[in-house]
Amino acid sequence: MLKDITLGQYFPGDTIAHRLDPRTKLLLVVLYIVGLFCADSGLTYGVMIAVFLTCARISKVGAKALVRGLKPVLLIIIFTGILNLFFTPGDYLFQFGVLHISRQGIKLAVQMVLRIMLLIMGTFLLTYTTSPIRLTDGLERLLGGLKKLHVPVHELAMMMSIALRFIPTLIEETDKIMSAQKARGADFESGNLFHKAKALIPILVPLFISAFRRADELAVAMECRCYHGGEGRTKLNPLKYAARDYWALACGAAVTAGVIVLGRFGF
Amino acid sequence: MEPILKVVHLTHIYGTGTPFERSAVEDMSFDVADGEFLGIIGHTGSGKSTLIQHLNGLLKPSSGQILLEGKDIWAEPKKIRDVRFRVGLVFQYPEYQLFEETVYKDIAFGPTNMGKTGDELDCCVREAARLVGIRDDQLEKSPFELSGGQKRRVALAGVLAMQPRVLILDEPTAGLDPAGRENLLANIRDYHRNKNGTVIMVSHSMEEVAQNVDRILVLKSARVLMQGTPKDVFCRADELLSAGLDVPQITRVAMALKERGLAVDPAVYTTEALERQLLTLRKGAAGC
Repeated sequence: MLKDITLGQYFPGDTIAHRLDPRTKLLLVVLYIVGLFCADSGLTYGVMIAVFLTCARISKVGAKALVRGLKPVLLIIIFTGILNLFFTPGDYLFQFGVLHISRQGIKLAVQMVLRIMLLIMGTFLLTYTTSPIRLTDGLERLLGGLKKLHVPVHELAMMMSIALRFIPTLIEETDKIMSAQKARGADFESGNLFHKAKALIPILVPLFISAFRRADELAVAMECRCYHGGEGRTKLNPLKYAARDYWALACGAAVTAGVIVLGRFGF
Repeated sequence: MEPILKVVHLTHIYGTGTPFERSAVEDMSFDVADGEFLGIIGHTGSGKSTLIQHLNGLLKPSSGQILLEGKDIWAEPKKIRDVRFRVGLVFQYPEYQLFEETVYKDIAFGPTNMGKTGDELDCCVREAARLVGIRDDQLEKSPFELSGGQKRRVALAGVLAMQPRVLILDEPTAGLDPAGRENLLANIRDYHRNKNGTVIMVSHSMEEVAQNVDRILVLKSARVLMQGTPKDVFCRADELLSAGLDVPQITRVAMALKERGLAVDPAVYTTEALERQLLTLRKGAAGC
């Protein structure tokens, strides 16, 4: 049951989207987000939807997986939609007490909902096609310049990949501890909020203890292999831009620039 | 006599409706008699853990039934907690589930959930602690100060304190040193003998199973491969070996002796039994 959570879940595959350099993909996502926030008309939104559908098609990620990614933010999407629909002033089409629907409200609601959905699903495409390791690798290289400002980029990236690596492990552990306490009659479902909070203690205490134990063991294992931070550390698979990366970046930049220009001229 | 636990055509399928669909337990049927010490052996992935989580209602069968004292445990899903009190399950590495400030409180967690209080609770806790050999002065310690073997005994006491009709242990000796292993097994044997409790022990150490249990259930790829007394099961040592399972070392010695032409019965699983056989053989030879 806990295992059903998708959190940056990676679907292994061998499409061009999988093979792109993670840095390229990160930059493309940034361009995509900029494009989304600049889009303001039917035409520009159409362009962004087309871009998204093309990318989804190329990376061969199923529609089901993408829609599932929306589940956690469903509430936010609905809330945004309703707020914009009912509380935007303009040419009223319908009025009932404080609630009113205006032409502008409908437009804004549709735009906001579309924007959030495209935003979430687009970024999910990134995590679906890029393994966590490659993703943090790419992030580390992209932010490499910050090292000059004494930002511990490598350490942050390492922390991130360890954290990502341990999410499934900890979920499994939580499942196990829950079963064990249930076997001793623990009850997580009934009772009021206070009871439910109290019922978490038998799960959280063992979970924290095991997380600390794991951290300790991992630290020792890393020291045994002479890990001493990022200085002078080389990579097993160094990141290298290929021709396809330049093409992808060029396309991305062109689309975003196009959307901005279209917006400027009021299309 | 009516079996205390009856498993009827139990099947469990993980991930129904996804591409990862696979059955972990397939059409298993067997009985557990009251007061019996049953051993379950099988490879990793043979469905042992899934099976035992059904016996106390942690998992719901995809099809089939589990009858506890003649009643389907899922007849009233609201009362599944009562089943868990009557069928105590000790997980693998149970020491990782300790959480209370003192050993006493941790052992009391189960019985408190059952609604026990006062003297009755105290009685349960102290008796369980005594069964696994935890001294009174250790009861007020933090469970995290104890050694690995002691922690595991505290966790075992935590389940025994619920006074279950059936006790299930999943690899109780995994990761213990030989002395700790023997200690824990002695505790379990004592509990079985003195309390006349029904015990089910999952293990993949053939020696451990052979020397302790009354009856063995062998699982292979989600199915029951064979069941019977240790003698019956180790009689079929060839089948066990071809199923990728081990046999006790002493059985292997006996099999090797037979292969070299000695007239020994290879269905032995204790050193003493083989020793006796060899002695009679020598006497017979001297008599000729």
